Amino acid sequence: MTQCDVLVVGAGPAGIAAATAAAISGRRVLLLDENPAPGGQIWRVGQPMPKGQAEGQTAKNQAIARLCACGASCLFGYSVYDAPSAGELRAICESGEAAAGPVPGDPHIVGLRYEKLILATGARERFLPFPGWTLPGVFGPGGLQALVKGGFNVAGQRIVVAGSGPLLLAVAAHLRGYGANVVCVAEQAPLAKMLPFAASLWSHPARILQGIQYRAALGTAPFHLGCWPVAALADEVSGKLTGVRLTNGKRTWTQHCDLLACGFHLVPNIELASLLGCAIQDGFVKVDHQQRTSLAHVYCAGEPTGIGGLGAALVQGEIAGLASAGKPTDSLQGRRLAERKFALKLEAAFRIRPELRSLARPDTLVCRCEDIPYAALEKRSGWIDAKLQTRCGMGPCQGRICGAATETLFGWKQTSVRPPLMPVPVSALVYPGLQPVSLKEHL
Amino acid sequence: MSDGTVMVFLNGASVVVSAGSTVAAAMWNAGQPCRISVTGEVRTALCGMGICFECRALIDGRAHRRSCQVVVRDGMVVETQR
Repeated sequence: MTQCDVLVVGAGPAGIAAATAAAISGRRVLLLDENPAPGGQIWRVGQPMPKGQAEGQTAKNQAIARLCACGASCLFGYSVYDAPSAGELRAICESGEAAAGPVPGDPHIVGLRYEKLILATGARERFLPFPGWTLPGVFGPGGLQALVKGGFNVAGQRIVVAGSGPLLLAVAAHLRGYGANVVCVAEQAPLAKMLPFAASLWSHPARILQGIQYRAALGTAPFHLGCWPVAALADEVSGKLTGVRLTNGKRTWTQHCDLLACGFHLVPNIELASLLGCAIQDGFVKVDHQQRTSLAHVYCAGEPTGIGGLGAALVQGEIAGLASAGKPTDSLQGRRLAERKFALKLEAAFRIRPELRSLARPDTLVCRCEDIPYAALEKRSGWIDAKLQTRCGMGPCQGRICGAATETLFGWKQTSVRPPLMPVPVSALVYPGLQPVSLKEHL
Repeated sequence: MSDGTVMVFLNGASVVVSAGSTVAAAMWNAGQPCRISVTGEVRTALCGMGICFECRALIDGRAHRRSCQVVVRDGMVVETQR
C-alpha cells in the first residue's frame, strides 16, 4: 500500500494546480492520471503541429515545470477503479511497461492510502445520437483533436466541426494547423444567445482575443450559428463517410466532408465522486468555497464542479491544494468567483436546443456498446428500467456515453455508480496482494 | 527503428508508423477498424480519451484494450476486436 498526505486524481490543469499547491505547502503529494503524461485533455502532449505553435504552450509549460519542481510524486497510466475502504483507492495500469505483476504482462494493481483526496477528473464530450453518428469517420471534436495529437493524419481531409461549445472553434483552428481543410463549423446555439455571451466577455479581453484568433484561423470557412447536424451520410458500397446533412431549422443542406467532428459541449466525470458518496447537485459535485465536497476529506476541482474551462480549473485546483494542506485561500476567492460567473454564462450560452432531442430515428443506435436503438428505449420508464430490459448502458463504457444522451433525450438520471468504475480483468478483483509502486519523481 | 518510426502489425500487415502514435491513430491511418460491434458494425475511436471504449482492440494478445490510450511499440501486434 502506498501512503500519501494528499492524493490527486487527474493530472489536467486542475490536478496539476492542486498537486503543486499542496506539495509547495509541505504535504506528501501523489498525482495520478490514466494518460501517459500530465496535461489532461486541454494540455494533452502530442505530435508537433506542422505549422505554427500550438496555443497555450507557455501556460502549460510553466505549470508542468512548477509541478516537476514542487516535489509531488506522479503516477501515470493508472486508472482508479475502486474505493474499497475509507481513505483508500485502488488503481490499475494495463500498459505492458508498468506491468510487473506475478504473471509477465499482467496488469499492475496498486493500493493508494490518503489523508486528503482531491478529485480533478475533468469532463468528457456530450454525444447525442443522430442517424449515422456511429459511422467510422464521426468523432467528438475534442476526440479528434486528441487523436490528431496521437498521430491521426488529417492533412488534406475535409472536416465539418459541429455541435456546441467554445471547443468547436478551438478544435477547428487546431485541425487547420495540422493541414486539415475545415469546410465549416456549425454551432447549435443561436446568435441570440451568442451575442450576449460575447458581449459579457468585456471583462475577459484575453478570451475575446482568443476567440477572434480562432475565427481568423478558420479563414474563409463559414461559422454557422443556430445550425446543427441531422444525419451523417456514407457511401453505400464502401461505408465511407461522404457528408453531413446540416440544418438551421428552416433549410437543410448537404455538406460534403471526409470526417465529422461533432460533440455537444461537455459533461462532467463524476463517477468516482459518486462512488465515494460525495453529494451531487444538478449533475455536478457539490463543493464549498474551499472546493470541499460533502465528505470532509475529499475535495473536487475543475469541470466536475461545473463546466468552467481552463481558468476555473486552475484557480479551483490551487484552492483545493492549499485547503487540503490547511493553508488559507482568501487571496484566490475573487478569481474563483469571477470564474464561477463565467461558467454560468457558458452554461446559458451553450444550452442544448430542444430540436436536438428528436434527431434519432427508431433504428438509430443510442447505446453504442450494446447496439440498442432508439425504438427500444423510448418505451422505457427510466435508466434502471432501460438497463434491465434492454442492456442499454451495460457495456464497457458503463453508460458514460449513452447515459448523457438518454438524460438529454428522455430526462433519465443515472443512478447507482458501483465498482469497478471501469472494466478490469478479474485479477484486479481477486489479487490477494497489491504490488509496489515505482513513482516518477521527475516527469 | 532509429528514424522516429516503429513497425507494428495491424491485422497481419506490417505498417510503419511514427513513434509516439497511439494505436487508434495508427489503425485509422491504415484503414483498419478498431472493433466490430455486437450487431456487426465497423467501429473506430469516438472520444479519443479513453471514455467511450469504441476503440477497443486486441493488442499483443490482450483483448479489449482501449487503443486510443496505448502508444505503439516496435513489433506490437494489433488486431480488430471481434
